[in-house]
Amino acid sequence: MALNLDDIKRIAMLARIEVSESEAQETLHKLSGILGLIEQMQAVDTTGITPMSHSQDVTQRLREDVVTKTNQRELFQSIAPATQDGLYLVPKVIE
Amino acid sequence: MQWEVVIGLETHTQLKTNTKIFSGASTTYGAAPNTQACEVSIALPGVLPVLNKQAVECAIKFGLAIDAEIAQRSVFSRKNYFYPDLPKGYQISQFELPVVGKGKITIQVPAGKSTEAYEKVIHITRAHLEEDAGKSVHDAVDGMSGIDLNRAGTPLLEIVTEPDMRSAAEAVAYAKKLHELVQWIGICDGNMQEGSFRCDVNVSVRPKGTEKLGTRREIKNLNSFKFMQQAIEYETQWQIETLEDGGTIQQATVLFNPDTGETRAMRSKEEANDYRYFPDPDLLPLAVTEEDKSRVRAEMPELPQALQARFVGEYQLSAYDASTLTASKAVADYFVETVQAGADAKQSANWVMGAVSAKLNAEEKTIADSPVTATQLAALLKRIGDNTISNNAAKQVFEGMWAGEGTVDAIIEAKGLKQVSDTGAIEAIIKEVLTANQAMVDEYKSGKEKAFNALVGQCMKASKGKANPAQVNELLKNMLG
Repeated sequence: MALNLDDIKRIAMLARIEVSESEAQETLHKLSGILGLIEQMQAVDTTGITPMSHSQDVTQRLREDVVTKTNQRELFQSIAPATQDGLYLVPKVIE
Repeated sequence: MQWEVVIGLETHTQLKTNTKIFSGASTTYGAAPNTQACEVSIALPGVLPVLNKQAVECAIKFGLAIDAEIAQRSVFSRKNYFYPDLPKGYQISQFELPVVGKGKITIQVPAGKSTEAYEKVIHITRAHLEEDAGKSVHDAVDGMSGIDLNRAGTPLLEIVTEPDMRSAAEAVAYAKKLHELVQWIGICDGNMQEGSFRCDVNVSVRPKGTEKLGTRREIKNLNSFKFMQQAIEYETQWQIETLEDGGTIQQATVLFNPDTGETRAMRSKEEANDYRYFPDPDLLPLAVTEEDKSRVRAEMPELPQALQARFVGEYQLSAYDASTLTASKAVADYFVETVQAGADAKQSANWVMGAVSAKLNAEEKTIADSPVTATQLAALLKRIGDNTISNNAAKQVFEGMWAGEGTVDAIIEAKGLKQVSDTGAIEAIIKEVLTANQAMVDEYKSGKEKAFNALVGQCMKASKGKANPAQVNELLKNMLG
């Protein structure tokens, strides 16, 4: 699969990362390289092999449903840029 | 042209847990902003999610209740998007391998005439575990939005149907059935006001008789059955009119405005969403074993279908009565408790569906708040059974009990409702009535059967309703020879 500059700009937009024209060129080159590697791997016959979703062959341990966290709002909000009445403030967003 | 509407639902049910799906922060509703937002909820760098056992068990319960495949191995994925109420920049959800697979739910679709009501099977595509986002407050501060992350990380089970429904009535019947079921098995409190049960409804229309699905629009976040009905009806009509006027339907997300009764498309995003799902490397695959399933199954209450069958088999109730009594777990429990306290099953059924439910409806109460408990109702029914009071008198006693006037026996005493079953006393009343109503007696003797009922009525009236009607009938027949 070949990528073009528009793909790079769209990916950057989705990830909210600003890329300049020159960075876009460089990123195109790097990402295309990664996709090329994946293309090579696609050639391997994986029939009958369960896709892996984690590098370790173990399963999730579960936590008992007991409250362990206490209210640390004051501590957390001490590093927030803006708060009011316990709310974190952000530039206005309206759907 | 004849049109057909096609509807599918996605329902977010908030799971009944003490803590969040990936952290030990409390999920109690209504706390002060951000007092239940721990370092995982606010996504500080370096924190890791740890899955809540209770949330997983809730999902297994649901899977068992709808006879679904429960995945031995399911995977959590990251759904990537940016919004301030989602501080991680992704929501942890399940994508390719959900915990609950295909299942089904049978619904009863009501109609204007009860003979037109029918049953339908709705297929469930999947149900997956995910975390809720936080909440944005838009009006508190000028030019800013306030973010409360108490809700962030609350466990949800998203339940997705096939596009099986063909009318607003079917969609609402399904939503109500699901709402009842998740409460029945104890995985969700069902509180729609607090957002514990939210429905997204996908609606499309197509010419009747064709196979190809029309373009759908998704009505978001309906939190009342009434609004759901209105929104679907409006949306269906809008789509039909648009197509008949030569227009086309654009896929869109729409919101329902309860004030106008209309649906309106949300401002379409310049860029289509692309969530770029991928397996969350912070979480290992979730394994559910046969032992897990057996253990969870053992903790589950008897399901509505099983209870219905038992009511028909054990208590000889009609299928209709059994289905009405199992519409909610609270009602079914109340009924069973009444019978277990010694009341006749058929009579208990009639009273629970009749007098009790009429009073509850009139006062907009649920059966849990009924001033007359199941035990008290059983005590009342026993007094009918042992001929202490007549059915009519029982209604007066019930009113008294509802108003908190005392125990069954105290009210019977206070209102003087005790039925007269003493043969001598009833005979004396009948004699008086016969003397006073010679004309009726003559009519009866000349072959007019109706006169007999009139005489019974006179006797009941003369006894102020306290005579045992069966006895009056029998004695009167004898005395008229």
